[in-house]
Amino acid sequence: MHPVRKQRLILVLFVVLFSSAAIGLVVYALRGNINLFFPPAEVAAGKAPVGQPIRVGGMVVDGSVQRSSDSLAVRFEITDFEASVPVIYEGILPDLFDEGQGAVASGVLDASGVLQATEVLAKHDENYMPPEVADALEKSGYDHKGNAK
Amino acid sequence: MIPEVGHYALIVALCLAAILAVLPAWGAWRRDVVSMGLAPGLAVGTLVFVGISFACLATAFLQDDFSVKLVANNSNSLLPAVYKFSAVWGNHEGSLLLWALILAMWTSAVALLSRQLPLLVLSRVLAVMGAIAVGFLSFSLFTSNPFERLLPGVPADGSDLNPLLQDPGLIIHPPLLYMGYVGFSVAFAFAIAALLGGRLDASWARWSRPWTNVAWAFLSLGIMLGSWWAYYELGWGGWWFWDPVENASFMPWLAGIALIHSLAVTEKRGLFKSWTVLLAIFTFSLSLLGTFLVRSGVLTSVHAFATDPARGLFILLFLALVVGGSLTLYALRAPAVSSRVSFAWVSRESLLLFNNVVFLVATLTVLFGTLFPLIMDALGQGKYSVGPPYFNAVFVPLMALLATFMGLGPVSRWKSDSVSRWRGELALPAVVAVACGLTLPLLGVEYNLWVALAALLSAWLVLGLARDLWYRVRGATTLGRGLRRLSPSYWGMLLAHLGFAACIIGIVATSQYSVERDLKMQPGDSQVLAGYRFDFLELAQVRGPNFVADEARFRVSRDGDVVTHLAPQKRRYLASGSVMTEAAIDPGLFRDLYVAMGEPVGAEGAWAIRLHYKPMVRWMWLGAIFMGLGGFATTLDRRYRRQRRSAREGLQGALHGA
Repeated sequence: MHPVRKQRLILVLFVVLFSSAAIGLVVYALRGNINLFFPPAEVAAGKAPVGQPIRVGGMVVDGSVQRSSDSLAVRFEITDFEASVPVIYEGILPDLFDEGQGAVASGVLDASGVLQATEVLAKHDENYMPPEVADALEKSGYDHKGNAK
Repeated sequence: MIPEVGHYALIVALCLAAILAVLPAWGAWRRDVVSMGLAPGLAVGTLVFVGISFACLATAFLQDDFSVKLVANNSNSLLPAVYKFSAVWGNHEGSLLLWALILAMWTSAVALLSRQLPLLVLSRVLAVMGAIAVGFLSFSLFTSNPFERLLPGVPADGSDLNPLLQDPGLIIHPPLLYMGYVGFSVAFAFAIAALLGGRLDASWARWSRPWTNVAWAFLSLGIMLGSWWAYYELGWGGWWFWDPVENASFMPWLAGIALIHSLAVTEKRGLFKSWTVLLAIFTFSLSLLGTFLVRSGVLTSVHAFATDPARGLFILLFLALVVGGSLTLYALRAPAVSSRVSFAWVSRESLLLFNNVVFLVATLTVLFGTLFPLIMDALGQGKYSVGPPYFNAVFVPLMALLATFMGLGPVSRWKSDSVSRWRGELALPAVVAVACGLTLPLLGVEYNLWVALAALLSAWLVLGLARDLWYRVRGATTLGRGLRRLSPSYWGMLLAHLGFAACIIGIVATSQYSVERDLKMQPGDSQVLAGYRFDFLELAQVRGPNFVADEARFRVSRDGDVVTHLAPQKRRYLASGSVMTEAAIDPGLFRDLYVAMGEPVGAEGAWAIRLHYKPMVRWMWLGAIFMGLGGFATTLDRRYRRQRRSAREGLQGALHGA
């Protein structure tokens, strides 16, 4: 075979092999490492899978935050004003986490419908709301601050 | 009055940039020397007026002119002066103005430092940069005017800068990052100019190389500062979150590495020309995409200031125009500038090709992971998020593969090399690297396979470099003379590659050996972590210039000897009422001790406390600094100055030659 053509062939083979390996890697890595957002209403309706990583976001229900007195465990409820989901988390909550404020919890839903959270995110300044939370609130007819329209 | 001057200056700058985009390009087309000669003046003029505009905005901030909406929303009379100044870019409008200012600086730098360039090339380059400036200045003026007034109803005081941004790291992080982002526009402009002229040769690569290296060096330092800031300011002890906006700066950085290496091949061997042009377009497009992601607010992120759909649409259109336009030009002109020089498979060229493939694949996987949630959302498939495990799973094998071949790079030869020579050269380094991989992890807390792999690969990189360095200085009479004989670009390569090795070690050691514990503590409690004893001595109230804070005072000791005192704070900012965690860190080359406060727990004065022991976390940032310095060092190379001299002599010929 002509040397230039051979070089091209090797190059093409290399690119094909390498990119299929890379795509395989991406697909493998995506499996189990992506999680879907569910508004509390959908969780309550049983649309969220049990035992798989998901995110749930909305407003933290006023008066729902209960802290343990001897550990960092905390329990609260997240609502989109249609339904609410209980969340259990152990660890340090973000600075802007508060009752009546927006938050997103990611974790696994257990059989009793409680979200065992591994991470809780709150908005990071006064005026900002995570877009998916804003969307979820929008759907149930509330504005970004949680006031009924 | 001053804000109006700033607004007016911005309009003048837009007009000048528009002339810069059109007139020299027309001149280059018609071979009109007069209009081409106007380009450098117009570039400097744009800089002057954007500079005036920026100075006016800064003055408004420093003088607490709360009639300006931006100042009222992002500053406060209690804010320390230095943060009033950095508040200028701590918001969407101001940071865009900073972007435009830096673009004007780069354009002027090209105009002033490239007198050696043929006028034809220079005017095309400046025209392309002028066109980019038109895009950003009109974006600023039409969708995000920083000088908008709040009249009537001037507030008595401003609502304060986001406390997260009140930090020395944030004063310099955005400017450095933008220097990098925008700097790639120079490489882009050179590529477009070359496509327009149909002339892509070694001298073109030589002109773009120093600019690309400097831009990349700034970007490295900017990313490093951002990571460092996140580490000490966010209070989680994390240094990289694979946050979409981090990815937005990381993608041009990765593509920039590919570009730097491919430019080297183009300059030295005249190969990969079309590929290099494509990479230059790609890198700058990723910079623009980053801007779109950050500025349009389509993503959930700490950096998303703005959520105005008009702005997102504007950048999206601009992005489409730049990417579409340049790719069309590429499709039309690239065949004319392609070349065929052969090289053997065992050679430096193919190693650099491998580098390019790896970095391109890395860029694309990050791009995919970043855009995946957007794509799924647009398709109505739900709101997904792609977590760090995805990025780690694709990145670790890619970088391991890269490092394996990277060790060969410095000792390899251009054009044609032989495997048996490599074997001879690198047998010893390979054996020593394996020995390092086996023994170095023994120094850690426990034997860990990942750390062993990292030690093996870093040792392989360092020893390969050492081997090459040894060959280069061996012939000289003294070691000092041998070292002095090395070119700055060689030093740059050495520094950057060493930095990469340090990064690998730092990242792997800190991810594998970190000990992190969140727990409830009250004054009098103590806790032992990785051999260090943390005693919670007392809780105090302290007052800062614009905040009040609870301060937890810790004494850290090891084997009975006091190591340090740490005092993390929980601050409450007076103007906004927002609460912020201020971590306390005892830094060290081999370990950091990190204490942060969570929230009060229970009634007896206990707090949630976060204790971290982080080994070798600084190696990562030191590595990034090395890479940055390496990038700067390459530009000191004598051949760039020599080229300036020889080009000046041949100026007349070049004007007509192109």
